[in-house]
Amino acid sequence: MNRFILPLVIVIGLIVFLVMGLQHGDPRALPSPFIGKPAPEFELPTLKNPEVVIGTDNFAGKYTLVNVWATWCVMCQAEHGFLMDLAASKSIPIYGLNWRDSRPDAIRWLGRLGDPYIASAFDPDNRVGMDWGVYGAPETFLLDPEGTVVYKHLGPLDPAIWEREFLSRMQEASP
Amino acid sequence: MIPEIGQFAMILALALAAIQTAVPIVGAHRDDAAMMGVARSAATGQFVFVAIAFGCLTYAFLTDDFSVLYVANHSQLSLPTLYKVSAVWGAHEGSLLMWVLILAGWTLAVARFSSGVPDAFAARVIGVLGFLSIGFLAFMILTSNPFERLVPAAADGADLNPLLQDPGLAIHPPLLYIGYVGFSVAFAFAIAAMLSGDLDRTWAKWTRPWTTLAWLFLTLGIALGSWWAYYELGWGGWWFWDAVENASFMPWLIGTALMHSLAVTEKRGLFKSWTLLLAITAFSLSLLGTFLVRSGILVSVHAFATDPERGYFILAFLGIVVVGALLLYAWRAPSLDSDVGFALLSRETFLLLNNVLLVIATAIVLYGTLSPLIYQMMDWGKISIGEPWFNFAFLIPTVPLVILLGMGMHAAWRTQNTGTWLDVLKLPAIIGVVLGIVVPLFVYGRMSVMLAVGCIAAFWIVVSSLVPIIRSLRREKGAAGITRSALGMSVAHVGMGLFVLGVTVVSAFGVESDRALSPGASTEVAGFEFEMRGLNNVTGPNFTAIEAEVEIRKDGEYVGTVRPQKRQYLVQKSPMTEAGIRAGLDKDLFVALGDQLGNNAWSVRIQYKPLIRFIWLGCLIMALGGLIAISDRRYRVNVRETAKRKDPKAQEAAA
Repeated sequence: MNRFILPLVIVIGLIVFLVMGLQHGDPRALPSPFIGKPAPEFELPTLKNPEVVIGTDNFAGKYTLVNVWATWCVMCQAEHGFLMDLAASKSIPIYGLNWRDSRPDAIRWLGRLGDPYIASAFDPDNRVGMDWGVYGAPETFLLDPEGTVVYKHLGPLDPAIWEREFLSRMQEASP
Repeated sequence: MIPEIGQFAMILALALAAIQTAVPIVGAHRDDAAMMGVARSAATGQFVFVAIAFGCLTYAFLTDDFSVLYVANHSQLSLPTLYKVSAVWGAHEGSLLMWVLILAGWTLAVARFSSGVPDAFAARVIGVLGFLSIGFLAFMILTSNPFERLVPAAADGADLNPLLQDPGLAIHPPLLYIGYVGFSVAFAFAIAAMLSGDLDRTWAKWTRPWTTLAWLFLTLGIALGSWWAYYELGWGGWWFWDAVENASFMPWLIGTALMHSLAVTEKRGLFKSWTLLLAITAFSLSLLGTFLVRSGILVSVHAFATDPERGYFILAFLGIVVVGALLLYAWRAPSLDSDVGFALLSRETFLLLNNVLLVIATAIVLYGTLSPLIYQMMDWGKISIGEPWFNFAFLIPTVPLVILLGMGMHAAWRTQNTGTWLDVLKLPAIIGVVLGIVVPLFVYGRMSVMLAVGCIAAFWIVVSSLVPIIRSLRREKGAAGITRSALGMSVAHVGMGLFVLGVTVVSAFGVESDRALSPGASTEVAGFEFEMRGLNNVTGPNFTAIEAEVEIRKDGEYVGTVRPQKRQYLVQKSPMTEAGIRAGLDKDLFVALGDQLGNNAWSVRIQYKPLIRFIWLGCLIMALGGLIAISDRRYRVNVRETAKRKDPKAQEAAA
């Protein structure tokens, strides 16, 4: 009799193991070596005006969002509405990093969908993206007032993620 | 509008799948012919609605409907039409829809071609398949809706991953899915047999052709995937022991064991409970593979976009299906005693060994695949068991497996006289050893232990597989005396032998070398001279590329010209390597462009791959063997005979 129950026991053990594996962490959470470290420094021309340069210096003193986006990235468009709302609420300054894109396309895109960014840095050849460890767009970094990377989110933002991952971290630090 | 029709069709298909499950199974239990009759029409209806949904999604791709999120993410205006179609199954949601379509297709096939099977049995089989459809349709509707809208619509799409823009990949997933979803049929037959308690050997007879059919598609699918990885990933390897590859390989190994074990159950009424267990395991491993690939629990080179929620859903469904099946098994299997025995030297013994070794091989692959997870959970640090481990561990069960194969083929059922057996084996053994030593030593000029083992095993299998055919031909009846089953077995085993030969030779004598080349320069690898004649810019529909023209010569004589490309896809901006391959049955010469080194020089990876085509040719021949075996008239005759002997009770009820 026992030998016929054995497969059942093995399978239940395997399932328990896999459940634990799933709980062991959000598999999407790609470890970023930058979390808890100062954001890698950069200086880039802005998207709308190549003469103006922005960089890490602009981010100091406040919690800041840095959002990596591109016109070819469909999920960027999906999160754009939320970014517009967030910008309207004035709860946090949002900077963009326009990544692997073309300047006219990007300007047209913002013209069509609205511009939630204080400014977007223009990084067509992935120079800063490489330093920042960008895997793909959209990606959003949360920097604290000291310019340290507190959190990095992969994929589009929405109100639930904003509240769970971003607001909570900002409140934790400043009770 | 069209996407909404697709979505609606999916929901209707779910409702029909529920009917297809509940009504026939209850009907079979109550012996109610009308209720059992629902099975076939519900299965047909379910297929039609899933096909409509699939058609709607294809239509959305063909019409560039970027208001559908899935289309916007995986297509693009200038994507060639062929890839717009294959993009339908290029990512998670759509490939799941194809999964369901194929499952519905198998169900329809079972409903159509099971007229020889008693109605109650067929009703249960179709009901079980319906239950599997429910799980996957619900999964899709709840967590992975391919028809989700994007508001506002995108002006253009994000393009299909350039890796997937390849004709090989257009047909690789369908073949693979037909294969591993096809094991659901064997699973459903096993469950139906256990539900009815009717566990004599007839269920094995009915299951056999379905299992072989699924197996041959899986063989083709895996071979095609391996071939695609070889020329498209640009590395020149043919198997990487990647989690996704292993996910399809494990069901193949168990499916292979199942085919052999079904033979014993059908012919001799032995191994009944073991065969049931294998039928359950083969499909369970298909489900496990789906879970591993789509939950993101393992990191893989070709994992889908992942989501833990999806992981829980599939795991829960897997739990219900597998635990349910095994509970049924624990209840029914103990009553399955066989009163027949077999001698130590008999075909049964060899098939038992075949099964044990294949199960060990599967366990090794399973352990290796899950090991990163085990390490991570035990906090032993992040590791991944790599190719060397697999290559070594996998040989432990498979070397004896291929050697025993040749012996087993010549052993008779029940009992085999040792003297005559050794007589038959003498010739293949001598030819195997002689060729196995001569070929590497004189054709390729080197020898080692593993090389000898591999080559001897390969020739041994090929010759011993051909012997029974040759012997039959020399008898009076000639070709007519050979059954399709026997011929199929021989052909498949010859394929196995060629596969082993290809793997052995290419592992031992393959040469791989990274060189720097600029136009006008040449370099020598494995006795061939590679000269870069020039570099050109070329444009494709959605990419630009740099193409090198490389002329290959041997001893000054022209061999061929290859044109490897480095492509830059316009939308996704990712560089892709398109290898230039001079293919031949005896060897491949493979040139891939690496990085630009400056001064017009490029790093170039050059490979010499002797007999690599035997790997895929062997798989193709194995699949052909399967095809020959299922065309055996025995199955067709059985269908008619059983139809005549149909359960009288069911006929009465139907009348």
